[in-house]
Amino acid sequence: MCTTCGCSGERPDDSPGFVLDLRGKGAAAAPPPPSNLEREEKSRRILLEQAILDKNRRIAERNRGWFANQSVAAINLLSAPGSGKTTLLERTVRQRGDALGIRVIEGDQATSLDADRIAAAGAQVLQVNTGTGCHLDAEMIERALAELRPARSSCLFIENVGNLVCPALFDLGERRRVVIAAVTEGEDKPLKYPHMFRGCDLVLLNKIDLLPYVPFDVRRFESHLRTVNPHARMLPLSALNGDGMDAWYGWLEREQTGS
Amino acid sequence: MHELGVVMAIIDTVVERCEGARVNRVVLQVGKLSAVQPDALRFCFDLATEGSLVEGASLDIVEVPGSGRCRTCATVLALDQPYAQCRCGGSDIEWLSGDELRIVEIEVQ
Ligand SMILES: Nc1nc2c(ncn2[C@@H]2O[C@H](COP(=O)(O)OP(=O)(O)OP(=O)(O)O)[C@@H](O)[C@H]2O)c(=O)[nH]1
Ligand SMILES: [Mg+2]
Ligand SMILES: [Zn+2]
Ligand SMILES: [Zn+2]
Repeated sequence: MCTTCGCSGERPDDSPGFVLDLRGKGAAAAPPPPSNLEREEKSRRILLEQAILDKNRRIAERNRGWFANQSVAAINLLSAPGSGKTTLLERTVRQRGDALGIRVIEGDQATSLDADRIAAAGAQVLQVNTGTGCHLDAEMIERALAELRPARSSCLFIENVGNLVCPALFDLGERRRVVIAAVTEGEDKPLKYPHMFRGCDLVLLNKIDLLPYVPFDVRRFESHLRTVNPHARMLPLSALNGDGMDAWYGWLEREQTGS
Repeated sequence: MHELGVVMAIIDTVVERCEGARVNRVVLQVGKLSAVQPDALRFCFDLATEGSLVEGASLDIVEVPGSGRCRTCATVLALDQPYAQCRCGGSDIEWLSGDELRIVEIEVQ
């Protein structure tokens, strides 16, 4: 179980037993509330009316302002563990790294394995380790920017921690959110992780080289995606063998010239 | 589930705003569509407040039902989940309520 967010394994939403368990423990651990009389005598109310994630939002807005100012196209790249984020970036760096001025921030709980892969592919990269944390937040990106100092008009990829749940809540200040889903994960993912798919601009359907070997109906996936997000574009591709990458590069180039 | 992360953010804000006093009660508004589970919040809250000014405070969560308006035909729908299909077939829904994640007020000693 991840200690920052309490997420247990890959599909916490699928395990109703977990929630029931929490209810039991939460109730047992709760101290008896002070009686009403006691409260009225001693206590004072302070009205806050404040969004809980307000601090993250403020820092994210600061990052967004900096990106706009520097014409940096910042892309938050999200997926479940192992859907192919780093493989996609390696190929993209090799084929378009110089043309697009690609820089990468790698988010992982531990190791710098992904950063090593990106560096070997030839891009400037910074590894951010979140420890027990299961997502990047805006403050981590602010600190990473101070260190990485991406050049004006560069294209900055932020590979988030592999996780379809928590990162959906945390705005980093990115211009675009790109979610990767692999055909090996099944067609139902948009419905099971609606927050993630609802909030993205583009979905890359990866590992299409495996379509002959796994039961996966691309049209059903797309229709589930439409249900939660009528606007996101979808591009099928294989980061491994390169099929479909040209459409992805076209999208990226338009993003960058739009900056 | 990112509830512990959310609870940390709550505690940070409450400690910042409680004027150094002990906190008896925290009132939240949590929307049905906010991707945050009230039960998980309560569980994390008891653990995470230990040793802070918020320790022992009660946590009141006001759940806000989800609703949205179809962008195709303007029908208003109740939403139990972050997506829906309207009678007209449209699934492009503007959220009217349900994404709240707010600290409404606190009670201090
Ligand atoms: N067949 C096939 N395998 C792929 C493809 N893309 C990635 N893989 C494989 O999938 C595995 C995971 O790929 P990564 O790129 O490390 O995935 P990731 O999303 O960066 O993983 P995390 O950072 O750990 O979340 C590796 O074994 C890749 O070789 C693809 O298009 N087709
Ligand atoms: Mg990776
Ligand atoms: Zn998590
Ligand atoms: Zn409608």
